[in-house]
Formats: sequence, structure tokens, C-alpha cells
Amino acid sequence: MITEKVSTESDIVKQQKPINRNSFWYKADKQKELILISIPFFIYIFIFSYLPLAGLTMAFQNYKPQKSFFDQEWVGLKHFKNLFTDPDFYRVMRNTLAMSIINLVLAFVTAIVFALLLNELTGRLNGFKRIVQTISYMPHFLSWIIVCGLVSTILAMDGGIINEILISLGLIKDKIHFMGTPEYFWWIVGFTNVWKSMGWNSIIYLAAITSIDPALYEAAAIDGYGRFGRMWHITLPGIKSTIIILLILNAGWILNAGFEVQYILGTNGLVLDVSETIDIFVLKRGFGRSGGFAFGTAAGMFKTVVSAAVLLLCNKIAGWLGEEKLV
Amino acid sequence: MRKTNGDKIIDGIIVFFMLIVVIVMLYPLWNTLITSFNEARDSIKGSLYLWPRKWTLFNYQSVFKTEKVFNAFLVSVARTVLTMALNVLLSGLLAYVLSRKEFMFRRFLTVFMVMTMYLNAGLIPQYFLYRNLGLIDTFWVYIIPAMVGAFNVVVIRTYINSLPASLVESARIDGASELRIYFSIIFPLCLPVLATVALWVAVGAWNSWFDSFIFAPKQELSTLQYEMMKILSSSMQSGVRQPDYLAASNQTRNMVTPNSLRAAMTIVATVPILVVYPFLQKYFVTVNIGSVKE
Repeated sequence: MITEKVSTESDIVKQQKPINRNSFWYKADKQKELILISIPFFIYIFIFSYLPLAGLTMAFQNYKPQKSFFDQEWVGLKHFKNLFTDPDFYRVMRNTLAMSIINLVLAFVTAIVFALLLNELTGRLNGFKRIVQTISYMPHFLSWIIVCGLVSTILAMDGGIINEILISLGLIKDKIHFMGTPEYFWWIVGFTNVWKSMGWNSIIYLAAITSIDPALYEAAAIDGYGRFGRMWHITLPGIKSTIIILLILNAGWILNAGFEVQYILGTNGLVLDVSETIDIFVLKRGFGRSGGFAFGTAAGMFKTVVSAAVLLLCNKIAGWLGEEKLV
Repeated sequence: MRKTNGDKIIDGIIVFFMLIVVIVMLYPLWNTLITSFNEARDSIKGSLYLWPRKWTLFNYQSVFKTEKVFNAFLVSVARTVLTMALNVLLSGLLAYVLSRKEFMFRRFLTVFMVMTMYLNAGLIPQYFLYRNLGLIDTFWVYIIPAMVGAFNVVVIRTYINSLPASLVESARIDGASELRIYFSIIFPLCLPVLATVALWVAVGAWNSWFDSFIFAPKQELSTLQYEMMKILSSSMQSGVRQPDYLAASNQTRNMVTPNSLRAAMTIVATVPILVVYPFLQKYFVTVNIGSVKE
């Protein structure tokens, strides 16, 4: 029946005019409205996302903003050579990697433990669980400016509540200058991140936990496993693949140790040595010195390339481990 | 499973632990709240922990009466509302176009757009682009680069794809134009997902300060977050000058200190987020998982 219908239809078409319904212009005419709507989007996306990529050529030039593209002096890999011989570069790389790793480990451990414990609040404690969840997600929505303001208030020398508590408990004699001690800085950044995103990060684990078969818990209980035994042998393996995927995804951001916290909390000269990350380096060199644009662009490009390589590598590793690939 | 006595003890321990978490999460904000309602000169004495000692609304009056701060507040509101409206409208329109299976450039345009989530030229090329477009130090630098979000488009398109295709088909047979189908059929049906995206975009626009700092350092274009940033860094670092309204009020002993003013500004900047928060909460899981699957 269907073939019959098609043949008669095409017969009619043949009789009238030889129109090819698959031809480019026929389709384009039919869809001209859709095409007209997409053109501005195409231009917009091209200008704001693709055009800046041309700016990456700056990294290979002695870029002078007042000259046109064709008058620029090409210098090859000079800026990259300068970058790799710059002692500051190694310092900011050390800071970036250190804070990245501290952030990664702290964020993972706290979010997983938090999700596991929340999951234990069942029965009559369900309402309490929901309140705790609601409160723990909230800091995620506050800006870094606000969060850094809160941290600096809490840790302040005069009147900061942490110092007051430590003194009244007799744990310390003199107040600690938290914001001015280099040894503390990475950990302050790490725990600030925990404060801001522990609850938010736990959402995904809680969602993964709900897909675990309840019968497994019953079976484990009959086999004599206690609460923590079930957590360790059922819940944790149940969310293993989620943990691995997230770990891989986050490992790709290893050079994104953050920018805002370090920039805001690390501005005082006492901790500058340990606070500057690669992003701050790009900003300060790029805009801070005359003719720094090209150097800053080179440093930014280095970061992008390394990030992409790490992400692809992690994705490969995920494939080898038999986990779902991301890309 | 019935709970044994041992279970109850464990429950108790977990509840105790969670209470500590709740206190740690809430106390910093509470502390800011009471500081904002306490007289500035009294706050300097410290030991302000649970309740304001000397109630005052003066800090809030300063926020809204100091011209530069109030202006920053208005800029924040304007950029948030405008970005939200445009982003939702345009991301939705692009999502609709990309949801049309027969559209000949669908695949090309989708890839073209999704690629932008991974491409990043970096700060300096971006700065020169904005400069060449004449966006630097204009209000539009907040709006125009944020009109369409690739991720938002993907989220909305997924939602449109879940709607029955016959809706669009019948409207086309009736001869409705594409824009008309979008505005009178798709847009109203997509309200739940558009609301999510709207709130998302709004929180991002409201919270950002870095674009003011780099692309629009002019005082008239400063935002609430950026003013807080200035006060914060001037109080943390000796080399940075205080905003002049603070210096002036110190001279006249106007009873406002950087910390008190910042506390009031923090609350002003936080309240809108807490107001939309309950509406956002419903969609947390979807967005969170969606962003991982992306």
C-alpha cells in the first residue's frame, strides 16, 4: 500500500514538473524561515566564540595593539621559551597543582562521606535530612566575594570567632594570623571550597545511592553486617562508577585551581608567594606589564593545551577501566 | 528494617555530626546578619556572636543612600534582569530551531555550538575582541556576550524533543510561521525548563564581578559584587585604597566602617538568592546530573 502511494505521488510530480524534493535549493526554500532565524545565531556564535581563537596568534607575535594583524612582528616560540625559563612560572604551577590536588581530595572525601551519612538518616529522621540538605546546598549559590568576605571575618585576628574559640578552649595562647601565614593558605582555600560546595557535590552521590537495589541491604543485614559494614560493602561499591566518572571529569580541570578565592584572599603581600595560580599569573602578566599581552596569551594557551591533554588522557583511562567514556 | 538500640546510638552520632555541619554552614551568615544590624562603632569592639548589641538600620541606610553603592545595586539589578530575559528568549529560540529534525543545517549548527563549550581562547584574546567591538566600559559588555548559553540550549532542546512532535506539525499545516510557533506553542509549553534556565542565568549574572573588574572598570558601571570586592580588598591589603565614599564617611565620623557596610551589602546581595532558592531547589538534581552527562 505504501509503495503504491509513493509511486502515484511521484507520478504526479513527474507529470507536473521535474522537482527534486531532495535538492538543496528546494529544501532551503521550504526552510527559509529556519535558516533566516539561524543566521544571526551563527554570526553571534562565530564572533564571540570562534573569532577570539584568532587572537591566539598573539602568542607567536611581538604583539602591539596599535598595529594591524599584518604588521605584527612574528617571533615564533620566543614567549614560550620565556615562559618556561621564568622562575615565577614554576612557582605558580606548584601553587596551582598543590591547591588543585588539595581541593580535589578534600571535595571528594567530604562530599562522599556527607552523602553516605545523609543516606543513613531514614524513617523519622527524614524531615531532618531534608533540612540539612537544603542548608548545605545554599553556600553554592553565594558569590565568591561573599564567601571570601565571610571567611576573612571568621578567621580575623581581632574578633574572628575561630581565634576566640581556640583561645577560650586554651588551645593557643596568641591569636593566629590565619590570613597572613603562608602555611595555612592552601588549606584555607581547600576548606573554603568544601564549605561552599560539599552539599552541592553530594547531590549526585545521593542520586546514585537511590538506584542501589534495597534487597542488597536486606541480604547484607541477614549476613550480619552492621550499619557501617553495609555502608562499606553495599553503598560505596554501588556508587563506585559515579565516583570514578566524577574523578576523571575533575582531573581534567587540574590546572583550574580556581581564581577568585586566591585572588581575593591572597592579595595581601604575606601569602602572595603561595597564593598565585596560573590564572592570576596570566592576568597579572597579560595586563600588568606593557607588551605583556603576547606573553599572557602564551601562558593561557599553555594552560588550555595541557588541560585538554589531561582530559583526553583521563577519558582514555576511563575506557581502559571499563567505565563509561565521557567524550 | 527495624532499628535496634545500636542503630539508635549511631543515628544519634550522625544527627550530632549533621548539627555541627548545619552550624558551620549557617553561622558565618548569621554573624554577618547581626553585624549588619549592629552599630558600626560598637562592632569594632568585637565579641559580637549571637545577637546585635546596639540595633541600628544605619548600615542599610548607608547602602541605599551612598550614591555609588546604590548605583552599583541598580546596575546589578539591570544586568541580571536583562541578561535573564534575553538569554532565556534567545537560547529557547535556538533550541527550537535545533529541535526541528528536518532542518538541513541542524547537525552543523549543533556541533558548531556545542564546540564552544570546549573552546576557550583565554582572557586576553577575549579582551581584545570586546575592545574591537567597542564593548569595553559600556553596559552592554555585561549583556551581549551572555545572550546565548550553549549549555542552556542543550538543556532546553532536550525538553522540546520530549514534547509531542504533532504540535509543531499541525501548527505548520495551519500555516503558522516559525516565530509564531515558537512564541505561541513552544515557549508556553517549555515554561518549566525555561524557569530553571532563567534562575540559573540570573544567579550567575547577579554573582559575577570579574567582568566589571576587567571589562567595565568605570565607576558608573560597577556592580554590587564589585563594590564589595573593592571594600574587601582594601581592608585586607594595605596598598589598596578604600573606595572614596568610605574614606569620606570616616572623616565625618559618619559611623560607618568597611566591615559594617560590607555586612549590610552582603545581606542585600544574599537575600534575592535566598528568595529564589526554594524555586531552584526542585531542579537541582536534573541540572547537576545533566552537567555531568554533558
